[in-house]
Amino acid sequence: MARFVLRRLLQSAVVLLGVTLVVFLLLQLVPGDPVRVALGTRFDQETYDALRERSGLDRPLLAQYLSYVGHALTGDLGVSFRSGQPVTTIVLERLPATLSLAVTAVLLALLVAVPLGIVSAVRSGSLVDHAARVFSQFGVSVPDFWMGIMAILLFAGVLGWLPPSGYVALTEDPARWASHVILPAAAVGLVTASILTRFIRSSVLEVLAEDYVRTAEAKGLRGRVVVLRHVLRNALIPVVTVVAVQVASLIGGVIVIEVLFAWPGIGRLTYDAVQARDYPVLQGAVLFVASLFLLVNLLVDILYARLDPRITLR
Amino acid sequence: MTREVLAIEELTVTLGTRRGAARAVAGVDWSVAAGQTFALVGESGSGKSMSVLAATGLAPRTARVTGRVRLLGEELTAVSPQRRRRLRGRHVGFVFQDPMTSLNPVLTVGRQVAEGCEEHLGMTRRQARDRAVELLDLVGIPSPAQRVDAYPHQFSGGMRQRAVIAMALACEPDLLIADEPTTALDVTTQAQIVELVADLQRRLGTAVVWITHDLGVVAGVADTVAVMYGGRIVEQGPVDAVFAAPGHPYTRALLAARPDPAHAGGDLPAIDGSPPNPLDLPAGCAFWPRCPVRGDARCADELPPLTEVAPGHRVRTFYPAREAR
Repeated sequence: MARFVLRRLLQSAVVLLGVTLVVFLLLQLVPGDPVRVALGTRFDQETYDALRERSGLDRPLLAQYLSYVGHALTGDLGVSFRSGQPVTTIVLERLPATLSLAVTAVLLALLVAVPLGIVSAVRSGSLVDHAARVFSQFGVSVPDFWMGIMAILLFAGVLGWLPPSGYVALTEDPARWASHVILPAAAVGLVTASILTRFIRSSVLEVLAEDYVRTAEAKGLRGRVVVLRHVLRNALIPVVTVVAVQVASLIGGVIVIEVLFAWPGIGRLTYDAVQARDYPVLQGAVLFVASLFLLVNLLVDILYARLDPRITLR
Repeated sequence: MTREVLAIEELTVTLGTRRGAARAVAGVDWSVAAGQTFALVGESGSGKSMSVLAATGLAPRTARVTGRVRLLGEELTAVSPQRRRRLRGRHVGFVFQDPMTSLNPVLTVGRQVAEGCEEHLGMTRRQARDRAVELLDLVGIPSPAQRVDAYPHQFSGGMRQRAVIAMALACEPDLLIADEPTTALDVTTQAQIVELVADLQRRLGTAVVWITHDLGVVAGVADTVAVMYGGRIVEQGPVDAVFAAPGHPYTRALLAARPDPAHAGGDLPAIDGSPPNPLDLPAGCAFWPRCPVRGDARCADELPPLTEVAPGHRVRTFYPAREAR
């Protein structure tokens, strides 16, 4: 187990190195001069050259890259062109907002999808099943930002129950955090819930047809015990992967929702960094998201082995 | 007369399929008494498994079941599904065909043996676990105290089937249903499992319904036998009588198709044609299109009744063989 984790961490380091290279090269292809963007419209050549030199942008590409990787290894991801703050600090500041949104959204999604998926499979063909399928079809087809806009209109506009946007840290005021997180989390979570409901439904249906489920029924166990003890655990093994992919993509990818709800997370940070050609921040954010992705994947593999005794980690 | 454990009367099972109603079982009667072994023989799709699954409430949801089923004197068709569920496991144990797939891969073997005791005998988890160790010992699994915590994939095929048998016997049921329990095992293991069930039956006095297509097993373990074809019983009687003087052409063909060590090397006699389509069963005798002795149009149009040819020995054909084989 320890050896498995160690080996996976080493592999992750190689992947991350590749990520830095790709991001670095891609940014070279983006049109626009970050120094010009940072200085605005009025500046003289002297200031321009000074900032270029200070940022190291006058040096050859390879030198720039090597020095970036070298510093990254010590946790230094450079400084923002715009604010001059260390990128590591900026990204870490944004992390709680993104994590709390992602975790809330996934929990909401699981809360809806697990029971709905199970009932839909066990009572397949019933009214609940049809309703669940309509719901998941709806959730998959409707984009989350539209859902977000509608939610703002209804709950913040018409009903006035919830604030339309903004963020309060969980540690600062949990109640106000909750009132702010619920709309964006629901908007994102609904899409995730739809995907998961479908997946859980088909996974449970598949397991229900297994011989060992008939064995469990032949033993005279209650329906609830058969489903919860015999079906669910087997059915959830493949679902874990989908949940993990969702979590990972939520951490890195709820850009539109974060912008829509003025949620100061990593997605919003990435968006602003692109707008401002703030390359160090953009690189830092991408690297960070990639690291979280790899971490989540590692956790999934460990969880797999916990759920399925046939899998041993080597 | 010994105590009747399970009796099935006029049992019919119709399966709703996409291409129409398939009559899997068409009016079947049999019973088994305590300590006795009743064998149901037939090829795949003859309705032998389906009749037993339907009788105990394990038929697929699309199945329509009619007829009467009596378990320990209680009319099963009249009771609620909850009551039927409580009788399963408590009074009827099941051993299924493939021990590779009939055990849950993510639960320990011990847990799967123990859970029936928790459900039906009100045991605590700890008591049930101790009972599971006893049961694993009973079915001949070495070092049961350690193996109780192992997972199915850590067991060999034969060991798994032993564990399934332990599971089936957990609540000391009155009836054990063995649905082709040796089919998926290698030959030496088959013999061990057959011997194990026979031995446990002697010790526990359980009635056994043995579903199989292996006539060798039938000859070895059964007291009475019913041969099924196309959802109906075509021949039924004491094993000795049926084997000594098979009356139905199908039974004769089955017995003739057994490998005979005395004539090793030659081709095995086979039955021409294929089993009938349950979606489109003949009006008359289902075996008629493949029958070597069919005489006239009567076989095609009219269903032969089950006729007694000797005490307790009944045959469904217009042309019962009169001489011994």
